[in-house]
Amino acid sequence: ITAECAVDAQSLISISLRKIHNSRTQRGGIKLHKNLLVSYVLRNARQVYMNEKYAEIYRMQQYEEVMTVCNEIQELDPLDVVSGGAAADECEDAGVAEQQQCCAGGMAGGQASLCGAQPCSLPSAPEEACKTSETLFYRSCCAEPYPPPPPSPCDFSPAHCNKTTVLDLDTHVVTTVENGCLHQDCCCTPLQPCSSPSSKKRKVSDYSGCGYYAPELEDVSVDPAPCKRAKLEDCCSDCLVDLDTANISNLISIFGSGFSGLVSRQADFEQAFNGQFCSKQALASLGAWTRAIVAF
Amino acid sequence: MCVCSLCVSAPRAAAGVGGGNDFQWCFSQVKGAIDEDVAEADIISTVEFNYSGELLATGDKGGRVVIFQREQESKNRPLSRGEYNVYSTFQSHEPEFDYLKSLEIEEKINKIRWLPQQNAAHFLLSTNDKTIKLWKISERDKRAEGYNLKDEDGRLRDPFRISTLRVPVLMPMDLMVEASPRRIFANAHTYHINSISVNSDHETYLSADDLRINLWHLEITDRSFNIVDIKPANMEELTEVITAAECHPHQCNVFVYSSSKGTIRLCDMRAAALCDRHSKFFEEPEDPSSRSFFSEIISSISDVKFSHSGRYMMTRDYLSVKVWDLNMENRPVETYQVHEYLRSKLCSLYENDCIFDKFECCWNGSDSAIMTGSYNNFFRMFDRNTRRDITLEASRENSKPRATLKPRKVCTGGKRKKDEISVDSLDFNKKILHTAWHPKENVIAVAATNNLYIFQDKMN
Repeated sequence: ITAECAVDAQSLISISLRKIHNSRTQRGGIKLHKNLLVSYVLRNARQVYMNEKYAEIYRMQQYEEVMTVCNEIQELDPLDVVSGGAAADECEDAGVAEQQQCCAGGMAGGQASLCGAQPCSLPSAPEEACKTSETLFYRSCCAEPYPPPPPSPCDFSPAHCNKTTVLDLDTHVVTTVENGCLHQDCCCTPLQPCSSPSSKKRKVSDYSGCGYYAPELEDVSVDPAPCKRAKLEDCCSDCLVDLDTANISNLISIFGSGFSGLVSRQADFEQAFNGQFCSKQALASLGAWTRAIVAF
Repeated sequence: MCVCSLCVSAPRAAAGVGGGNDFQWCFSQVKGAIDEDVAEADIISTVEFNYSGELLATGDKGGRVVIFQREQESKNRPLSRGEYNVYSTFQSHEPEFDYLKSLEIEEKINKIRWLPQQNAAHFLLSTNDKTIKLWKISERDKRAEGYNLKDEDGRLRDPFRISTLRVPVLMPMDLMVEASPRRIFANAHTYHINSISVNSDHETYLSADDLRINLWHLEITDRSFNIVDIKPANMEELTEVITAAECHPHQCNVFVYSSSKGTIRLCDMRAAALCDRHSKFFEEPEDPSSRSFFSEIISSISDVKFSHSGRYMMTRDYLSVKVWDLNMENRPVETYQVHEYLRSKLCSLYENDCIFDKFECCWNGSDSAIMTGSYNNFFRMFDRNTRRDITLEASRENSKPRATLKPRKVCTGGKRKKDEISVDSLDFNKKILHTAWHPKENVIAVAATNNLYIFQDKMN
């Protein structure tokens, strides 16, 4: 679909819904052909609008979380942060490749055209964070599908609450830092043996099921919030889980559940219709989430 | 004349479209009210010549059918040679109410199709959204006089007063044209009927609605065969509807139907009783670079017509007309842009519903030219041999008898030349959806809202 700004898509959605509504009172009964064609426009407009919104929200969210990570890193004891030659190299490359990578990583399975058309406009903060900590790490979700896997040595538990699981946006490597030691994280796939020293890298798409970022509009299924919250609660009070991270997790849960409602089939909005133009409702509540994220 | 697209005849100087050298279209007649206020019921919804071209039928939104007959050549009135005058007018369909579904059924005539003439009477099929009717139009120019039991004015005579017995005698009378409904084919369509087509066997015909096509016998009204059914088990999975259907002009077992997705399916009734599986599938791959919000709408086919030869078929979508060779399914052999300048206006046309207009198209008698309508009362003709095209206008201003029609041009950008009209000045309320071409001669009928224009070539 040729690049149309989100405003046009929004008005097309309103117009289309109005047409469908009017057709119910038109003489001669509902015209099946015309309504089918209108539904195609509605679908197209909605896709474009959602892509625009996703991109916007993702950009804002990523910025917020990067800022959060930067703040956290500044508070951390250097011993708890991964350091080493490999990480430093990654950091140097981060500034260059990170703009595309972060987009590609977050949008695994998403609309590639969107990335192409709008390069990530991350502010320079990540680079500053990089300089500060020599790494660009991103506080991930627990990278664990729900229900949580059976306990493993690398599992989060109160005894190990000084662990940090991070996702490297450049290399897409998930690492767990434990008392200064670095080893591959295996929490994502419970069936895999733990603490494997292999340098196997997992693409971000592996984590799509965790629901951190919904690549497909229709596939928002797994809500990671329950398992994440459980993990966070398990941590002892001196765990280095930052308050902001918990808030971001909450956002994701709102995000996930909200969007699953929005992307449900057309039949739903027609049911909720009752003579009102629910496009405004739907789009207005979308704005509420956006505002919520900004507030955090 | 060779009609295949490979034979391009040498360009002729000043050749018009649809005819030979120095061909030009002239205004002949216009029918209908001049009043600026157009009553909705008077809006013409279908136009059709009969097989000989002697009769021209129109249907309107008010459910009426008006039939025009061409005057015979006469030395007394040489100027009126070839003129069409009203022959018969009747109310074909009335508004109805479906009490079960709480639906009003419009009386608008969607299609008229003539039957081939077999005796002195003329027969035509007319349909609205739900019901098809077979009408007999016959002439009466004699009247029986001298009845025994009733007077000339129809009053019954007192039987006791009758003393003699006589044989009634047929006396000439003023010509009276009567239209009577001979068959009513009802209750066979759940969805809105969009097409009817008489089969070449002259015994059967098909009717198509959004999801189904039925085959009827002209003599049998209480049942029909369902030959195509594309209704999905779950209506939420509906992705396309049937938009038009037509029987092959020579092969009575073959018919085609077009869909809202821009595809055409050719079916052979010998293959199976239910023709859900097509014999041929015609589709042109979509150009991904031209994708827009409205791609699905503008690719929906609004009309499909076989050529007289039966070798080709023509489809009309919102912006173009395509000619298909029945032997080639993967793309049309010819594509003609009707009003490509509207492509950048699709959003506005969607808002004002014009994008849903269903334009028809037609062939000339020799299949060498095709015609279709546009906006601003413009209509377009394409000569398949010379690849020339022409835009003409149906307007009262150009309505002087025998006035030659001047070609029109739409200015798409830049400086507007004299006599050109800019895209923004087009009147989208003046749309020509229905046109018809005389089966043998260069005479065309163009429906412009509530007016019917008839144009002929200068030779005529």
